Amino acid sequence: MMIGLEHWTLARPEIFLAVATALLLLYGVLRGEVATAFISVAASVALLATAVLLFTPYREGTAFATLFITDRLTTTMKALVLVGAAVSILMSRAYFEQVRAWRFEYPLIVSLATLGMMLMISANDLMSLYVGLELQSLALYVIAAFHRDSVRSTEAGVKYFVLGSVASGMLLFGASLIYGFCGGTSFVQISQALLAGKAEEIGTVIGLVFVVAGLAFKISAVPFHMWTPDVYEGAPTPVTALFAVAPKIAAISLTVSVLMGPFKPLFPQWQQIIVATAVLSMAWGAFAALRQPNIKRLMAYSSIGNVGYVLLGLAAGSERGVQSVVFYLAIYMVMTLGVFAVILAMRRRGIMVEGVSDLAGLGKDHPMLALAMLIFMFSMAGIPPLAGFWGKLYIFMAAIEAELFWPAVLGVLASVVASYYYLRIVKVMYFDEGTEALDSSSFSVNRAVAMVAAVLLAVFSLAPQPLSLIAEAAAKGLFP
Amino acid sequence: MLLQAIAFYVFAAVTVASGTMVVVSRNPVYSVLFLILAFFNAAALFVLIGAEFIAMILVIVYVGAVAVLFLFVVMMLDINMSKLKEGFLDYLPIGAMIGAALLAEILFGLGVWGSGASDTVQAFNSAGIPPAAIDNTRAIGQVLYTQYFYLFQVSGLVLLVAMIGAIVLTLRNRPGVRRQRVSDQLYRSKEETMTVVKVPSREGV
Repeated sequence: MMIGLEHWTLARPEIFLAVATALLLLYGVLRGEVATAFISVAASVALLATAVLLFTPYREGTAFATLFITDRLTTTMKALVLVGAAVSILMSRAYFEQVRAWRFEYPLIVSLATLGMMLMISANDLMSLYVGLELQSLALYVIAAFHRDSVRSTEAGVKYFVLGSVASGMLLFGASLIYGFCGGTSFVQISQALLAGKAEEIGTVIGLVFVVAGLAFKISAVPFHMWTPDVYEGAPTPVTALFAVAPKIAAISLTVSVLMGPFKPLFPQWQQIIVATAVLSMAWGAFAALRQPNIKRLMAYSSIGNVGYVLLGLAAGSERGVQSVVFYLAIYMVMTLGVFAVILAMRRRGIMVEGVSDLAGLGKDHPMLALAMLIFMFSMAGIPPLAGFWGKLYIFMAAIEAELFWPAVLGVLASVVASYYYLRIVKVMYFDEGTEALDSSSFSVNRAVAMVAAVLLAVFSLAPQPLSLIAEAAAKGLFP
Repeated sequence: MLLQAIAFYVFAAVTVASGTMVVVSRNPVYSVLFLILAFFNAAALFVLIGAEFIAMILVIVYVGAVAVLFLFVVMMLDINMSKLKEGFLDYLPIGAMIGAALLAEILFGLGVWGSGASDTVQAFNSAGIPPAAIDNTRAIGQVLYTQYFYLFQVSGLVLLVAMIGAIVLTLRNRPGVRRQRVSDQLYRSKEETMTVVKVPSREGV
């Protein structure tokens, strides 16, 4: 079998990113720490250039002996992941300079992790799924512990590594069962075997359950969420911002394309699992965050809750469901990056603070930042007409169309509970007396990101139509 | 055939026995040596079923690199294994349970393999097991570098990340460390480093 040129053109963005990262790594090794600022900017530029390459020209098909696939869904998801990772690199400088961990390897490990995410989004085989996932996870374990002089960061890294390995083990075990019962690892072969009657065999279903458990760990859905609050709190804040955005989007995309693709014949079986995890995640994300004083931990619970809504959209199992998932993820990414830009701007006398109470008086001292945060919080709480409301609306509509009435009702109730802690932040910012103002910080990147995110959200809120058209086109990738 | 059967039982018995000794032995260095013995016997088992490539890889990679690395780690860390093993028997019930569960799974798998899933077996046989004319080193090479070329490359990237990660998390640039700079040493000239002092006799410096 020859590997023709068309394989290379399909994977061109990935190859570009890999080569660019390798070159920057070489440059960093030769120049040493002085090159850090350049490499950091260059890595973000490379990520954004990769996102541009995805669309110029846009191509779809399978490559590398059907191990790799691109279609509208994967391309859209990759674009989201790339933008999220690029912005999180740009936001990281001030934090790492302050904790004296500003080193050129950080942006490069992030780009390698992003490459892993792109590969897992494009997986069309259980084996390419696994290598992509491992490339991503291994890089993320390292950056969770990147601030190696801090006990909390090291603990986060070790915890993430150990639990992540267990999850990978479960996924592999499931994959081996599926391979054994379906006679192949390719998604096409699995789909054919399931349609040919393998769907009734208990071994396939057990394998599916293990694969779903492994994936649920990666997207931190209840009951596989235990690591999330600790890792989000312990990891350096820019790393937390990355964790909350890029890997989550990539893993959700992978879950969607695995469950809606080869395992579509097992829909009745996995729908129960996904509905149960969705409801549990929404509830846990709402209740566990109620009395949370640390804003990074609070964001961890918030992301667990958000994953619950996304899974509800997936549980619908329809084209509308996938569309609502893409739409929700795009808005979630903008909101989360904005919130973390504000968190990274929270400094008092040069020291990062991360308590909710430290936001007190922000409305008086930094009105623009507070206004941006107000938009993010109202949007996260799902208050109309902000963008977060449209996202939740689409999800619930898809769920109701699929006759998932009770889960949808529980979701609405959970979002009412969750709005308490989002609105509490607004209350703290505008009505509590602050002891000492936060620094009028000099690093403008984070402020710029917060402002751009706020403006984008405002635009989405007033005109959700273009974004929903993009989501609709992306969902067509799975329903040609 | 009889000779093969005898060889199989000898190698298998030694593998199992040395595997047990890895866990039971009091001295960690003995454990590693028994591990090496287990690897060698497993390699012999692979040779018996005609998988000579995997057998050689097992010897080169596991015995040559991994086990030696273990030996280094065990000797450098100076762990008191007898203390570590004090609670050994307490974990025996749960260990036995996990072992029983794994055994049951293997038997379950074999049962399915033998009975209902004969078409799966056929699918495997038609899927790409090469004809006997190609030896298995060549067969692995053909599959690995063409069909699974993509996975091979991505595995390389995974190893790159592991390498960068290990360096980032452990290498520290300590200031004030005196390192040997060979080129500086070689380029020193006599004038820079030596002064000739004429000492008058019987007067000292």
